[in-house]
Amino acid sequence: MGKIFRFHTDVDTDQILASQYLLYPTIEEMKEHTFESLDPEFAHKVQPGDFVVAAENFGCGSSREQAPSVLKALGVRAVLAKSFARIFYRNAINIGLPVIVCRDLYDNVADQDEMELFLEEGIVRTGGKEFACTKLPAQMQRILDQGGLIASLNREED
Amino acid sequence: MGMTIAEKIIARAAGKETVKAGDICTVTLDRLMSNDGTTHLTIDMYNNLKHPHIQDVDKLVWIVDHNIPSDSPKTAASQKKMRDFARAHGITFYEGEGVCHQVMMEKHVRPGELIFGADSHTCAYGALGAFGTGVGCTDYLYAMVTGTSWVMVPETLRFNLHGKLREGVYARDLILTIIGRIGANGANYKAMEFSGEGLATLTMSDRISICNLCVEAGAKTALMEVDEVTLDYLQERGREPLAVYTSDEDAVFAQVYDIDLDEIVPIVAKPHFVDNVVPATDCAGTKIDEAFLGSCNNGRLEDLRVGAALIQGRKVHPLVRFLVVPASREIYAAAMKEGLIDIFMEAGAIVMNPNCSVCWGSCQGVIGEGETLISTGTRNFKGRAGHRESFVYLADAATVTASAILGEIATADQLGNMADSAAVTTTASLNEAATADPLA
Repeated sequence: MGKIFRFHTDVDTDQILASQYLLYPTIEEMKEHTFESLDPEFAHKVQPGDFVVAAENFGCGSSREQAPSVLKALGVRAVLAKSFARIFYRNAINIGLPVIVCRDLYDNVADQDEMELFLEEGIVRTGGKEFACTKLPAQMQRILDQGGLIASLNREED
Repeated sequence: MGMTIAEKIIARAAGKETVKAGDICTVTLDRLMSNDGTTHLTIDMYNNLKHPHIQDVDKLVWIVDHNIPSDSPKTAASQKKMRDFARAHGITFYEGEGVCHQVMMEKHVRPGELIFGADSHTCAYGALGAFGTGVGCTDYLYAMVTGTSWVMVPETLRFNLHGKLREGVYARDLILTIIGRIGANGANYKAMEFSGEGLATLTMSDRISICNLCVEAGAKTALMEVDEVTLDYLQERGREPLAVYTSDEDAVFAQVYDIDLDEIVPIVAKPHFVDNVVPATDCAGTKIDEAFLGSCNNGRLEDLRVGAALIQGRKVHPLVRFLVVPASREIYAAAMKEGLIDIFMEAGAIVMNPNCSVCWGSCQGVIGEGETLISTGTRNFKGRAGHRESFVYLADAATVTASAILGEIATADQLGNMADSAAVTTTASLNEAATADPLA
């Protein structure tokens, strides 16, 4: 079980991590500033195993991979949205952060609700209800299963 | 079945006769651009690979543009890592040369190429008929090591351009109009292709401005047909196309739009979304603290000429900082030669070295709590230009310059009698046109 942090539609990557932190030397130093423009306390409130839930077009804007990386570094278990912007979606899978299209979840949950994710079955349970998720494309599922693109690359080159 | 330009470029890169939208292909990349926004992380990952190597160093172009000159010891350390790695491995490296996409257009991009850039505005390369797409640093690293990647062939939205933009209306107004119409995710996963007889009326600067901003509708790439304007631009710079493609007559488009360029009006995108557009006149009177003329979207010589023509003999408003940032060294030098820099300096503008500047909200020029910026930059997201409680309006070079002079959002014709300037049209005619729907 994890808590839901619920965000709106068109959450852009600047809001996930603002530009002024991108050139910090490490993701560890950046992660304190996650979602700073929307909720300056987010990095302190979120616990490993929690979830980010959003409406349409999550992660639009810049290609900064720091955006999914700080979410992963804070222990966010998965991001579930009605839809994702394509670069964020691809970046998240590449670093091994599950990003899941779940059309019906957003309108049926509130911020700080608890939910449970069954990744392999593609099911979310929260508030006594169950929601089906859309499967990842096979190509992306393979990358996620291998622990991300770098793990996959290391294996290919062995 | 026929193919689109996007399908043809991917087919070539995948070594296949034909591909269609939705296919997943393994492709060989022609060029790989990365900047100081993420390269320090790419290098860290590279150094942790089991078998670190670079497939073809000649494909790599690394450009320091986002935070140059560096603004803190942390930035300096990240850039040093990039500089040292580039030198050690013989990677083509620019620092202080300009905003990465402008430098790529001036020096590297060729029609027909498939290019990954670790920056979302890589879609700008479509102005030269190349398939540029933004990726994160993990995808970039994979391509750097293997020379390949995988792509899903995108569907294409086709925009047929008709007529000609009127005086005082710019390519930036056209693309903001389109984004406002199709929305911030209206082209998600798709290519935006521009064609039609109206394309011939657009300069290379106009074309870069249009393609560059397509990612703000979520587009995977933007593509324009190669024509005389493209070939002239390449010839001036001693380059030739890799391949020239046009979409087949029986190519399949997800949607086709017909756009009358004559009906486009000056546009402003209000905070905090690029698709939140209105006619510029609707924002008239909004007080501003800073104005920015620059960026890979609108910092070219043509844009500086528009600004200089308006501000010559006038002054920047005493309560406004007006930042003028040429997009590249080449542009800066040309602007100096034409006397444009003198005009901006005499008017009280702050003329800066080519870099991403306040467009990306780090480095110089960031705005403080409660402040308002009017900008020719690429984005107006919440906090994009500095403090999280600040406001960014996007507009064309004329509106930005007029606003810098008057201290509030204003179109060029509000400056008074500007009959001698080619960059001006009248509010009445613009308002009249605002009621028409160019995308109908």
